Amino acid sequence: MPEKFDVIVVGAGPAGTACALVCAQQGLNVMLIERGEYPGSKNVMGGVLYRKQLEDLIPDFWKEAPLERPIIEQRFWMMDKESVVSFGYKGLEWGVEPYNNFTVLRAQFDQWFAKKAVEAGALLVNETVVKECIVENGKVVGVRTDRPDGDLYADVVVLADGVNSLLGKQLGFHKEHRPDEVALTAMEVINLPKEKINDRFNLEDNQGCTIEIFGDSTQGNLGTAFLYTNKDSLNIGVGTTLSSMIKAKLKPYDLLDYLKNHPMVSPLLAGGESAEYLAHLIPEGGFRSVPKVVGDGVVVVGDAASLVNAIHREGSNMAMASGKMAAEAIVKAKTRNDFSASGLNSYREALYNSFIMKDLEKYKDAAHTFEKYPQYFKEYVPMMNKAASKFFTVDGTPKREKQKQIMKSVTAERGTIRVLQDMYRAWKAVK
Amino acid sequence: MHIVVCVKQVPDTKIIKINPKTNTLDRKSAPAILNPYDAHAVQEAVKVKQLTGGTISVLSMGPPQATEVIKKSIEIGADRGYLISDRAFAGADTLATSYALSKALERIGKDIPVDMVICGKHAIDGDTGQVGPGIARRMDIPPVTSVIEVSEVNVKEKTILIKRKLTSGYELIQAELPCLLTVEKEINEIEYAPMPNMIRAARYQPIIWTVNELENVDRAQLGLKGSPTVVGKMFTPPRPEGGKKLEGSADEQVKQLMDLLMDKKDLLTVQSTN
Repeated sequence: MPEKFDVIVVGAGPAGTACALVCAQQGLNVMLIERGEYPGSKNVMGGVLYRKQLEDLIPDFWKEAPLERPIIEQRFWMMDKESVVSFGYKGLEWGVEPYNNFTVLRAQFDQWFAKKAVEAGALLVNETVVKECIVENGKVVGVRTDRPDGDLYADVVVLADGVNSLLGKQLGFHKEHRPDEVALTAMEVINLPKEKINDRFNLEDNQGCTIEIFGDSTQGNLGTAFLYTNKDSLNIGVGTTLSSMIKAKLKPYDLLDYLKNHPMVSPLLAGGESAEYLAHLIPEGGFRSVPKVVGDGVVVVGDAASLVNAIHREGSNMAMASGKMAAEAIVKAKTRNDFSASGLNSYREALYNSFIMKDLEKYKDAAHTFEKYPQYFKEYVPMMNKAASKFFTVDGTPKREKQKQIMKSVTAERGTIRVLQDMYRAWKAVK
Repeated sequence: MHIVVCVKQVPDTKIIKINPKTNTLDRKSAPAILNPYDAHAVQEAVKVKQLTGGTISVLSMGPPQATEVIKKSIEIGADRGYLISDRAFAGADTLATSYALSKALERIGKDIPVDMVICGKHAIDGDTGQVGPGIARRMDIPPVTSVIEVSEVNVKEKTILIKRKLTSGYELIQAELPCLLTVEKEINEIEYAPMPNMIRAARYQPIIWTVNELENVDRAQLGLKGSPTVVGKMFTPPRPEGGKKLEGSADEQVKQLMDLLMDKKDLLTVQSTN
């Protein structure tokens, strides 16, 4: 008879590892199964790690975790073909403990994080694919892996198997993602000497900067690009919804090439050496795409549950928080020995009462609005650039006259009523 | 049957970088892995055990994180693992390494006598292939190198039939047990480990010995002190010169390539080898 665990967690990313860590800390017998060679070997994210949700799991983690740089500056670029309107915030208070957020390289970070779960008592098995959940009488009782003698049993199976969650599909919790529910992002890690990064981004050694780039970075399609500073490398990437990519017949690598060669971006990368090339789907469907997250003997966490806030580029923090909530529900279920959907439902309650579902609810129409009305990225960004250029060019025109001309050109391009409609619609989508 | 497999943790030399100033390996630039030849050595021990029964121990020397390669060996099917780890062992060349490992083997043999030692052909970071035969010499057992097949193990007669790789062909030899084998990669395929092995490996805590836990050790023969090897010069082999990078769109590049190939047709003709 194969061994039975209290909990089997499928996937050692932020969500699964957080769940395994908390379960193990509470004395449960936890098996954590990872498909890659090691945790982090297959994972992709832009690279921003938020402090709060990890600190809830591992206080003072920044003293030991493999982090790149604490982020002290966040810039936002509205980019046109040969110009940028930028704004941002730089604050030295983010450069000292407890910090605000960090850049990380996932291949290193995930290994460290999984090691914390192992130290707490979880068993980690790498290079193993879970092919399906074992279901008996409608209840999930274990998993079937691709290894010989590979069946494992548990009271609860945690699906942390990422954006494509094959197990979630097997159980009928969700269907194949629609192209407008996922973003396809391609990114590159570019090695660049530390001194060059510090000079180009105006940073000290232990300071990082992030730039989010809208507009021409996606050739006007719904999506964003990003450029983040690591210790001695840069993460640069760009993604749009899969549906935009299909519609505009774009290829993710072409878009990334376009971005890297953009005159506003290329000087920052010059002389760098490409170290890694990665691409991944991001579940950006938001509130309406969140599947069933609790079943008999099973819970769903992280990307597998579409817990991503695309507007605020939050995902790994939500993954960790959801993993922790799931673990707490499992511990509770264990005390009552009730692992049915109702016994585990406190996870769903916690999730829906937390910032995660509240934030996703707030933006539930945002992606839809911006997808349906492409003018925000396609027309307003160039307009802003033209306006800024006009306003800041000293040519003897009085400033009030310039303002008039700018307003006129905006309303001339889109019409006064449509501009007002656009503004109202955008406000409604993110209010 | 007690088989001890010697394993080493090495940087993955497929991706490692070389420090251009010192010509030494930049170990931080590559993950540490189980030396690939040693993985085949463990796998072969598993195959022999399937025929004869018995116990497979693995032995390694290195820093505490080398327990990872012992766990990897448990995944493949080893029963137990020993790591000798002490600053006294640091900086060892092949002479000092084989001395330290033979002392550990002595200690392991006290619990269960050792019938066979298996090593990989060489480690991919040093490529010397000296430690295996060095251990055999110190244990005074026959070394059998370049093994490509263990054809027969006769537990009763204490003999083993082995195929050795030669430059052309192979030789079939019989050796007495105990003996030491160093194996080539083609000896076997690493099997996809069954789940119970994976669980055992995840739980497994190797036995770690410091120098004090080995017996009759002459400390002068350990570590840097016991290593007469002198590195005279290190250099990175020059990259092959010449070559031409084709530029342009994929279509243009293909056309250029085809033109180049058609210019040098003689390269494409099949030459008979008599």
